Amino acid sequence: MQVHQQPTQQADAIDLMVNMGPQHPSTHGVFRLVIWVDGERIVRAEPHIGYLHRGSEKLCEGESYGQVITLFDRLDYVANLNSELGFCLAVEKLMGLEIPERAEYIRVILCELNRIASHMLFYGVYGLDIGAMTPVLYGFRERERVQALFEAVTGARMMHNYIRVGGVKEDLPDDFGRRMATLTDQLRRGIEECDELLSGNEMFLERTRGVGVIGPEDAVDYGVSGPGLRASGVAEDVRVSEPYGIYDRFEFGVPVGSAGDCWDRYYVRVEEMRQSLAIIDQAMERMEPGPIMAKVRRILRPPKGEVYVRSESPRGDFGVFLVSDGTDKPYRVKVRAPSFANLQAIQHMLRDAYVADAVIILGSIDIVLGEVDR
Amino acid sequence: MARSRPRAQAEAGPRLDERGQTLSALLPSVLHGVDASFGTALDEVVVVVEPGDVAEVCRIARQDPALDFDYLRSLSVVDYVERLEVSYHLLSLGKRHKMVVKTNLPPDDPRVPTVTGVWRGANWYEREGHDLFGVLFEGHPDLSPLLLYDGFEGHPGLRSFPFHEYDEW
Repeated sequence: MQVHQQPTQQADAIDLMVNMGPQHPSTHGVFRLVIWVDGERIVRAEPHIGYLHRGSEKLCEGESYGQVITLFDRLDYVANLNSELGFCLAVEKLMGLEIPERAEYIRVILCELNRIASHMLFYGVYGLDIGAMTPVLYGFRERERVQALFEAVTGARMMHNYIRVGGVKEDLPDDFGRRMATLTDQLRRGIEECDELLSGNEMFLERTRGVGVIGPEDAVDYGVSGPGLRASGVAEDVRVSEPYGIYDRFEFGVPVGSAGDCWDRYYVRVEEMRQSLAIIDQAMERMEPGPIMAKVRRILRPPKGEVYVRSESPRGDFGVFLVSDGTDKPYRVKVRAPSFANLQAIQHMLRDAYVADAVIILGSIDIVLGEVDR
Repeated sequence: MARSRPRAQAEAGPRLDERGQTLSALLPSVLHGVDASFGTALDEVVVVVEPGDVAEVCRIARQDPALDFDYLRSLSVVDYVERLEVSYHLLSLGKRHKMVVKTNLPPDDPRVPTVTGVWRGANWYEREGHDLFGVLFEGHPDLSPLLLYDGFEGHPGLRSFPFHEYDEW
């Protein structure tokens, strides 16, 4: 059989534009992606963001330092505690505050739990993106256990407003040790179960290996951070390279990929959950009773100056640039959201990929539009 | 335009680490052709340059093997009313040191050359800066609205933009 080929004026004629979103379950929020295709291949991709822009940074300028923490809860709404921590670290660094030991341990334990919860959500919805319906049930089951513990500790499943400048809001409940022992056991089993369910699946491997590749130089150039950067083979984790809090006291590994494809980005996260559990175990062992709040005034007035603080959120390098003019409200807060930088790189990852892989590549970046749009 | 001095170091808080001290000793010789003033802010090395020199300084920072700033941490604009300050927070993943490049722009005509040619990741940060503060990043490939919708009037990041004056309804 001979296939008749229509002669075209331009060899690289592009004839189809596909619009994904802004309302589409695979975009993980309100996000629009416009792609130009040549047959089955993507020629160019243009992400459109801003649908969730609430002016959070500007809102911060009108709130007192204590109130700003609630706004940070709403940036990365899948990892609230990690966002809160980012802001509190910035204020504390500017004020030169010493945080009580116990508060530091509580922060580490809860933030690492939040990392597991966030990665579990990623695990579940990434399965959905690929067409596997079961992983989301397993992922959410594990995440729900963590949320239940958060509710017992902070009073809320999400939007905790628990980490405060100088420490944490209140001490852990009396049965925390017992609950944590059960939870870590369940999570340890849960992570292995999830790993077995999806990771070795032949179809999953076929669809993620070698898809959406980004090399280390390109990833660094685009400012990619977190699991996305480590999947490309760059061993950069703020907890290790620029330790904040008491992270320099724990022994844990930094999972690093090599291919920089969707599979590596997925598996780096699975492995990170195991490492987070290792940190939690060490912290639970060493935590001792004591004060949970440094001596700070009720109304905070950090000295005039500016500070830039990085911390490792589940999505990557969460930076806060804080300018203080000495009053009780921040003069300027700039959030360097990891998803914002990671999402830029999608233009690179999508080039020459198949249309059918667009959703998989987008899913592997694990964006949270709350912090992309701010 | 009068260049503002880098702010005096705050009483409390961390100081420059060893790498920061090495870097600040090294900078004047690397940037010898540029009109720049050097300082520190807590644990960061701060370099203040003229707006026109920003792209050149960033290119040197990226390409000079002794500096090797391959990672753009953040690009922020701060409105000090009498001037707009653009800060480029840089990081070197290889050398493990960090630096802030700053420049001051007049608020009535804020223009600064783009650094998208130095780090591709600067693209969206500059579009954001243009959206919220009206800073014109000259040579940027596409400064269309990123966070705001098409046709939005004004620059909501500026201090002069009415934002907190609203009535409960």
